[in-house]
Amino acid sequence: MTYISMVNITKTFGKVTANKDINLSVDKGEIHALLGENGAGKSTLMNMLSGIYFPDSGSIFINQTEVKFNSPKDSIQAGIGMIHQHFKLVEVLSAQENIILGQQMGFFLNKKAIRNKILEIAQKFQLDIDLGKKVYEMSVGEKQNLEILKVLYRGAKILILDEPTAVLTPQETAKLFKIMRRMKEEGCAVIFISHKMNEVMEISDKITVLHKGQTVATLEKNMTNPQELTELMVGHPVDLSIKRLDRQRDTITLKVRDLKVENNEGIEVLKGLNFDLYAGEILSIAGIAGSGQKELCEAIAGLYPIKSGQILFKEENLVGKNPKEIIAKGVSMSFIPEDRLGMGLVAAMGIVDNVLLKQYQKEKGFFVDRKPAVLKAKEIIKKLDVQTPGIYHPIRDLSGGNIQKVLLGRELDTNPELLITAYPVRGLDINTCHKIYDLLNEEKQKGVAILYIAEDLDSLIALSDRILVLSNGEITGVVDARKATKEQIGLMMLGEKIKETEGAYAV
Amino acid sequence: MLYKVVKRSEITQGKSFGIRTAAIILALLTSAVFIMILNLNPLEVYASLIKGAFGSNYRIKQTIITAIPLVITSLGIAIAFKMKFWNIGGEGQIMMGAFAASFFALRYPDLPKPILLSLMMIAGMVAGGLWALIPAFFKAQWETNETIITLMMNYIAIKWVTYLQYGPWRDKGALGFPKIPNFSDNAILPNFLGIHIGWIFALILIIVVYIFMKHSKLGYEIAVLGESENTARYAGINVKRTIIIALLISGGLCGLAGMIQASAVSNTLNVEVSGGVGFTAIITTWLASLSAPFILLASILFAALIQGGSFIQTAFGIPAAAAMILEGMILFFVLGSEFFIKYKLTKNGSAKSAAGKGEI
Repeated sequence: MTYISMVNITKTFGKVTANKDINLSVDKGEIHALLGENGAGKSTLMNMLSGIYFPDSGSIFINQTEVKFNSPKDSIQAGIGMIHQHFKLVEVLSAQENIILGQQMGFFLNKKAIRNKILEIAQKFQLDIDLGKKVYEMSVGEKQNLEILKVLYRGAKILILDEPTAVLTPQETAKLFKIMRRMKEEGCAVIFISHKMNEVMEISDKITVLHKGQTVATLEKNMTNPQELTELMVGHPVDLSIKRLDRQRDTITLKVRDLKVENNEGIEVLKGLNFDLYAGEILSIAGIAGSGQKELCEAIAGLYPIKSGQILFKEENLVGKNPKEIIAKGVSMSFIPEDRLGMGLVAAMGIVDNVLLKQYQKEKGFFVDRKPAVLKAKEIIKKLDVQTPGIYHPIRDLSGGNIQKVLLGRELDTNPELLITAYPVRGLDINTCHKIYDLLNEEKQKGVAILYIAEDLDSLIALSDRILVLSNGEITGVVDARKATKEQIGLMMLGEKIKETEGAYAV
Repeated sequence: MLYKVVKRSEITQGKSFGIRTAAIILALLTSAVFIMILNLNPLEVYASLIKGAFGSNYRIKQTIITAIPLVITSLGIAIAFKMKFWNIGGEGQIMMGAFAASFFALRYPDLPKPILLSLMMIAGMVAGGLWALIPAFFKAQWETNETIITLMMNYIAIKWVTYLQYGPWRDKGALGFPKIPNFSDNAILPNFLGIHIGWIFALILIIVVYIFMKHSKLGYEIAVLGESENTARYAGINVKRTIIIALLISGGLCGLAGMIQASAVSNTLNVEVSGGVGFTAIITTWLASLSAPFILLASILFAALIQGGSFIQTAFGIPAAAAMILEGMILFFVLGSEFFIKYKLTKNGSAKSAAGKGEI
């Protein structure tokens, strides 16, 4: 039975048509994936379903009754709950407090009754949550569970998940899928926005593909395959394989020896790392989130205090040097955190001033010269096809993918000899991902040493030369990417050490 | 609901100044109600307010003289605010600047005028800068809360000057009256076009600070640091050094305002030298959205309000507190208007609603 249907929905923003005559219908007990490139109109469509935007034309039906949402409140009342990419939780409050926040109720709280009701829902959907725990103490997966529980408590029967797995580890993703299946069994409808083809193929029943604001097709999962979906999504045939360039290994650019760092609680988060990185090589780092990837990046960039050990960049020790000196030597570090803005960019500034961030210190004198930065900004926009209203427009308003392009474009522009890039394709659509892989290969061709950190093991194996696996701050092995398997790496990520793989661990 | 609140994606500086000006007009309207309760005609009161501020050559001069320290202090505060360092200590920095300048004025009254005045200016800036350096150092070193520390240091500075006035620096020739001796002529800033030359300093500083914030490396670093400390560290900016230098400049400008006030306006040091300028400047800085050219406009507006306010007190026989209500009302509305700078109201269901953030 059709539960939600959106008919001929059109929405324009100024001159941009974000959605044009879109049709979508979802049944009860169905997991429906919404697939499309960055900017295809997925979020806009879902924002209309959750009452944030109002369609210019077209109608929305819930249970065959037409509805008009003037605010998110109306949408919640109609049983729709949206889990946004960025969680909307109050950090200092507990899980329970976050759930009841903003609910209409009497002056006094019957905490016990509320608690029982929440626990009942949590049990029904097998959501694992500690109600007394403060949000700031929670992992990303726990926060997401809390968000889901929150909308369920508010009576949601239709759950919209906007790229929920972008921030999750494979284990957390598996848990989320379990919850989604549970909801399906309870007769709820789940709309799942994602870029990740394998996830879409795993969890969904039906798939609607959007391209440039229009519905391309709605397909049964069993009747289609990733190749077809990708072509529909991108609008033209694509080569899904990632190229690996073979290049002779000669000089070592980076040597890390016995690197130990401690976090501010005195816990050792990198426990004596040893590895080499060659010029013209892509060395990937695989590991469960929080295994020390971030600390390693920051330690090399001079942003994290080092307890002991050496970081030799072209035989020169970087330990003890400040970030400015390290940048000047030709080391570039870009880390795309979960919120995508993070430390590499200034949200309130335009592309020009963000490009300037890595340039102005090279300029002489008291003043900054923005002219070269303006040229560079235009170059980056053209080369990477960045969608922006203008070079001075605050990058905060750009979509995540465009923000990432600005960051990566700037970093590549500094002509580094060592390029550290963490999660550069986080949340990007296939087309953009491939553009970024191509860029990395281009740098590799030039002889740049690349330390590449990512979550998606398939692309990691396809792109890199060697894969270093980190588990809990230790290296559990370095494998040749040409021979590696996902299963092997998965085990190593969980802490299983391997004997030296042939030809890979070259110290 | 007919209207809903939508977050603005961006706002031009001109538009935000417009919204703030609208807030001032609303404040005037609201105050009009209050004036009517006092059985006075608001139009008459406002007319004489304007007359009091700009009604004659003399009054215009007085308004400009009032605006000078406001402009210079606001410029100083704006630099700190750009870094999101909430320098509430303008008052104390003015005091310490005035104190250091007075030290030279009183100790070397017979030095040649250009030398003495230069000495006083340098001393004023250094002292103001050092007074701001203390909270800056604490913040850089231990991440203390600068709002509280700068605020508290105001009172230390004021009490220090009170002590000097009643104690060691007391004028023995003043027949027991607790005041510090007047400066010699050499320690008093000369006039230019009938107003002490502080106004020239103020205008020059507006240009200098504008260029500094827009086009200097340090100004850029201050802006980056204000947006995100992590990004600043990532880009290789020395965070501690930037905080300290920015506050030296910020406090230095406030200290210069103190020197000007002591030298040209009071001709001596007393506890009234700062006269609340350090606090009023917070309002004008905010009103001008930290932009140097708009600081000039906002400062003249507030100077007119202060001058006109004291005029209507005498003209209508209303208490000083009543005149201050207008000032308070403006602050209230301007702070309230912040909401409309961040958000806008759109008609429900209109086609252009919510043309804001997010993926299209």
